[in-house]
Amino acid sequence: MLSSTADHLFWMARYTERAENTARMLDIHLQSSLLAGGRSELQRGQAARAVLLISELVPAYEAAHGELSSESVLKFMVSSTTNGSSIYNAIYSARENARAVRGAITTELWETINVTWLELQVRLENDAWVKDMPAFFEWVKHRAHLTRGVTAGTMPRDDAYRFVALGTALERADNVARLLDVKFFEGAAADLQNWDAKGEYYHWAAILRSVSGFEIYRKTYRDTITPTRVAELLILRADMPRSLMAAMNALCNQLQKLANKRSSQTLRAAGLLQAQIQFTHIDDILQQGLHAYLTQFLVSINLIGKGISQDFLVA
Amino acid sequence: MVFYDEMYGLNPQPNGTNKQQFEALPHYHAYQSWAKSYSPEAMAGKRAQADAAFRQVGITFAVYGDDAGTERLIPFDLIPRVIPSKEWTTLQKGLIQRVQALNMFIHDVYHKQNIIKAGVVPAEQIFLNAQYRPQMQGVDVAGNNYCHIAGVDIVRAGQGEFYVLEDNLRVPSGVSYMLEDRKMMMRMFPEVFNAMPIAPIEHYPDLLLETLRSSAPVGVDEPNVVVMTPGMYNSAYFEHAFLAQQMGVELVEGKDLFVDDGLVYMRTTQGPQRVDVIYRRIDDDYLDPLVFHADSTLGVPGLMSVYRAGRVSIANAVGTGIADDKSTYPFIPDVIKFYLGEDPILNNVPTYQCRKPQELSYVLANLSSLVVKEVHGAGGYGMLVGPAASKAQIEDFRARLIAKPEGYIAQPTLALSTCPTFVESGIAPRHIDLRPYVLCGKETKLVPGGLCRVALEEGSLVVNSSQGGGTKDTWVLQE
Repeated sequence: MLSSTADHLFWMARYTERAENTARMLDIHLQSSLLAGGRSELQRGQAARAVLLISELVPAYEAAHGELSSESVLKFMVSSTTNGSSIYNAIYSARENARAVRGAITTELWETINVTWLELQVRLENDAWVKDMPAFFEWVKHRAHLTRGVTAGTMPRDDAYRFVALGTALERADNVARLLDVKFFEGAAADLQNWDAKGEYYHWAAILRSVSGFEIYRKTYRDTITPTRVAELLILRADMPRSLMAAMNALCNQLQKLANKRSSQTLRAAGLLQAQIQFTHIDDILQQGLHAYLTQFLVSINLIGKGISQDFLVA
Repeated sequence: MVFYDEMYGLNPQPNGTNKQQFEALPHYHAYQSWAKSYSPEAMAGKRAQADAAFRQVGITFAVYGDDAGTERLIPFDLIPRVIPSKEWTTLQKGLIQRVQALNMFIHDVYHKQNIIKAGVVPAEQIFLNAQYRPQMQGVDVAGNNYCHIAGVDIVRAGQGEFYVLEDNLRVPSGVSYMLEDRKMMMRMFPEVFNAMPIAPIEHYPDLLLETLRSSAPVGVDEPNVVVMTPGMYNSAYFEHAFLAQQMGVELVEGKDLFVDDGLVYMRTTQGPQRVDVIYRRIDDDYLDPLVFHADSTLGVPGLMSVYRAGRVSIANAVGTGIADDKSTYPFIPDVIKFYLGEDPILNNVPTYQCRKPQELSYVLANLSSLVVKEVHGAGGYGMLVGPAASKAQIEDFRARLIAKPEGYIAQPTLALSTCPTFVESGIAPRHIDLRPYVLCGKETKLVPGGLCRVALEEGSLVVNSSQGGGTKDTWVLQE
């Protein structure tokens, strides 16, 4: 397959996944701000800031808007044309990448992605989405589900499919790690044993919900929600579809099938990261500090992404 | 002025809202009796449905000069152009004859130049022409085949006689609309395809692939064919992607290809892979920065050297512009006689060559009744339709003609035939043309049909999509 085609497929998948994860995160932000009705302005501002921190967008936001407010952060993350990571731009980029290789994907997949883009423009017109934000985030998630389903249901299992799967896995690993990290980035106590159960419950429940993990958590642990177990579920459990372990398994699986003469270094790096997750215990991670652990993980993921690009996509 | 109408001939015909019955030509009878079963409301519903479907499929094109990235639909009209079997047989013969002669002409120009020696085409017409490519002199191309794909523009005028308006031998576009229009009609009105003997055209991509494969360099049995596009912001990008997908070959840009050790390769995720046939959808000028425009990033450095050595095929060949140039056009009837010893089956439109002082003075004196075209223009840009032009436009062209007469030709304004078309006020006649696509591989052939373009503005004679033209499905009836 053409390197440039693979590149477009890879990024088409990454942007699709990114749009979905952004919607998930914003949905949770919205829900938590509703739940904690009595919170102070300062707390609200911090919550909005956390949203930006996840995507490393604080400077970009401040340059464009200045003061933090929940609504303008939401708009910045959803419909801003200048924020390269907004849902608008993610869906636009997914569609532009798909358009560049519309011959290499199935017609049904192309039409699904194209319709998402066409509908998005209607939903964003005159800020119509603001009137019912949960419905909008639900729609973004739904379109991502549909895109994935059409991919699975119509694409032959060839290299094109594998580059799509690779892009999805890489983006998901990155996004989930960021989501998990944000709480600690704020400087909250990393001492997970002494958490304030009442105040923190909602935070962890929200994180679980954002990755469709709340029910899985209940099924898996049949117990109250503790941060340690949430971290375990989202990092180490291979059966949790949005965990780092599951993403790394998918990534390594596709990478092995795609291997070429140049890719051995990247394969090694990915395999190493996969093994580290597989054979570690949550206590080891907490001892190191969750933030330090996730920061290291993001560095590794970033390097693997660069390796994939060099080995396959630019040629 | 009376126009020949495809449905009514020279009979009176409906215009706008008048609803009385009119006498259609026999080949439209079956269509008419079927169309009666649709109310205007049902038809309007179908039109909206078709528009939504085109948008969803992303069959759009970019209009130059508009905001970058703007995508527009080409308006699609639901009333087909129907061509009776007998007329098509003549057209087909004439087209094959013409394209075969053009092919021989190009080969001759770049080899022995017998036609110049015989005095049929003057030497300056070739050598002073910007479309002449000295790099092709003496180069042998696979099968002596230059115009693999020809899009010949046919119009009908006067009492219904056909004319060739233009030979497009470089990178003719529009064939994807021919195919998508048909697909849309079959989706909207499946029943009519049961009721009428409409010749199929869906095998065009197969024929195209066969044509391209048969043009591979000597000794290559399993050629790797690619479609080469200038990129996704080109106005015809949809078509490039569509054809690559339909043929199951890679769609490449210049940056995906490179030359190494006398061969062309594409960059793949598994390393370099040899390329044998390039169906290029970019102009000669951008193919190879080492030979043509040095600042072009669309092409492949070194491509021409591989091509000249016969180790890659390019379709259409480099240098075909010498034969479809508007200043060469008046010579084509003689070209056909010279190579084939036959009279042309299809007529040329009488053409004034402004480089000749006598003809120039006639043109200048009759600007308001003539169509003036730039010799190197395309897409309906840079032309003057005298009867429809303002005084200022005419004076502008007069100045341009005097400044650079060799840059223009002129033709009488043809009374282009019309076809009933949906417009705001109902159904009304609009002017149309037809572009069939002739494929030259081991044999010369074409699918029965073509792209029918329609000028949607009342009275307009310019059908180009870049000028707001629409398209119609074309039905060739089988005996």
